[in-house]
Amino acid sequence: MTGTSARRGLSFYLLAAFFGLFVLFLYGPIATITILSFQGPEGGLTFPMNGVSLHWFKNLFEQQAVGDFGGSFRRSIALGLTVMVLTVLFSLLAGFAFRRRFLGSGALFYLAVASLIVPSILVSLGIGLLFNILGFEPTWYGSALGAHLTWTLPFGLLIVFAIFNRFNPAYEEAARDLGATPWQTVRHVVLPILLPSLIGVGLFGFTLSYDEFARTLMTAGSFNTLPLEIYGMTTNVTTPVLYALGTLTTLFSFTVIGLFLAGVMILRRRRLRRTGAAA
Amino acid sequence: MTVSAVPSEASSASAAPRSGGVRRSVLRRVAPYLQAGPLALTLLVFLLIPILTIVAVSFWDYDSIRIYPDFVLTNYEELLTSPVTWKTYLNTVKFAALTWVITLLIGFTVAYFLAFHVRSTTWQMVLFLVCTIPFWTSNIIRMISWIPFLGRNGLLNSGLISAGLIDQPLEFLLFSDFAVVLAFVHLYALFMVVPIFNSMMRIDRALVEAARDGGASAAQVVWNVILPLAKPGIAIGSIFVVTLVMGDFITVRLMSGGQSASIGLMIANEISLLQYPAAAANAVVLLAVVLIMVVAMLRIVDIRKEL
Repeated sequence: MTGTSARRGLSFYLLAAFFGLFVLFLYGPIATITILSFQGPEGGLTFPMNGVSLHWFKNLFEQQAVGDFGGSFRRSIALGLTVMVLTVLFSLLAGFAFRRRFLGSGALFYLAVASLIVPSILVSLGIGLLFNILGFEPTWYGSALGAHLTWTLPFGLLIVFAIFNRFNPAYEEAARDLGATPWQTVRHVVLPILLPSLIGVGLFGFTLSYDEFARTLMTAGSFNTLPLEIYGMTTNVTTPVLYALGTLTTLFSFTVIGLFLAGVMILRRRRLRRTGAAA
Repeated sequence: MTVSAVPSEASSASAAPRSGGVRRSVLRRVAPYLQAGPLALTLLVFLLIPILTIVAVSFWDYDSIRIYPDFVLTNYEELLTSPVTWKTYLNTVKFAALTWVITLLIGFTVAYFLAFHVRSTTWQMVLFLVCTIPFWTSNIIRMISWIPFLGRNGLLNSGLISAGLIDQPLEFLLFSDFAVVLAFVHLYALFMVVPIFNSMMRIDRALVEAARDGGASAAQVVWNVILPLAKPGIAIGSIFVVTLVMGDFITVRLMSGGQSASIGLMIANEISLLQYPAAAANAVVLLAVVLIMVVAMLRIVDIRKEL
């Protein structure tokens, strides 16, 4: 390895160029609408820029212009946070359960995997029909919450599986040998080791719910979440106000992702420092 | 589990911890059920029962006002005898196949670059994150963001015109099958990159070294060593991409501007017309098709081993 590490072959540069194009493909469009959201008041949906202004952002916050943007944003955040907490809790608990054999563990695993595979419109339709038949009113904090969990829980569970597969049971045995109760073992040994990955599960829970559209469509009831609001706008708004909204929600998503990543990084650094001090 | 046959001489002092032990062993036995309970209950109420509801309603009757509990096969009959259904399935499968091939090529190449050509672990993590971040942002916004590129006066058309390659703007860029597949690739390439990268990172580097020492060219190493060992990741990525595309309706509706169809879109339209039994029958058939595709792909790989 060390002998060849100084020299990079042609294939490396070709692959690096391909990777660069892929990243451009991923981020280029969103960068474009970010620029276009600063269009002047006379500007349209495409280039050229017709002056630079914050007109469309201001437009966004005028109530009658684009429906209930503020309300749907608040609902999406509240829903996302609820889904996040429940996803972390439920998938962690289930992760503990799956470490031992129990009756129906295979069926439950396949049900969770099926939850990933079943097209989201079926979940939406199914829950919508069920509530309809039972005479329940679909709400964003009830039926939509459940619909979102069918998407976030399998991801959470798979991540927790991956963590436990790499988890060394010797730590738990050591804690038990030192006289820790099962609860103390979980609280002071297992959870701290799992914490960074649980933050990852939380990130999945929040962002997947915050952006979910298809599963919310028939389950949200009379109040829109943000993606439903945005979708409504695509059909009747033909001004850059659409881009302004896109820019803001993407900025919000990036901030959330940044916070989660920073959290993981801080935890790692603190752990490194601690183990370094112990050695 | 044999707690019986306790000698009668057992002192009361040792009886107390023993009954505690019994309680603990009972707790140990029911613990998994309590722990798996919330997950099981959620999936039962919001996945299994709703799907059973769809199956039931697919046999119901309906008119323009409401739906009636019944047992009729007309929903399936109308669905399966209509040429529109078959054409729509063909179109949906076409979208799935095209998206699958393109995302597989991109995903494999990107994962291969990250896993075997980026040498520092830190850079590997950073570049991997760069690839995954869009996954956590809004799909609808990511679709909308193609408008300034593909529109009639978009960047691509004006670029091609000023380069002298065309003199009329290309109409097929936005609101076409091309735009639909482009958006699918844009949205779902990640679902290929991540599992393939994960598989590749587990490949023992000594195998690659050995192949090279044995005289294999770089291409032979990729084809005969890395590709077979990356198969589980490819299978998982393929399952994600194919199921997401097969069930999609929002991408097709937005990017084709209503000019193309998919099964998901057909179901969504039936829902908006309140033809729930027809939508349900359509959904049952779609679910069956998707499950058959997944089972076929799962024959290649046991996912449980791959975590």
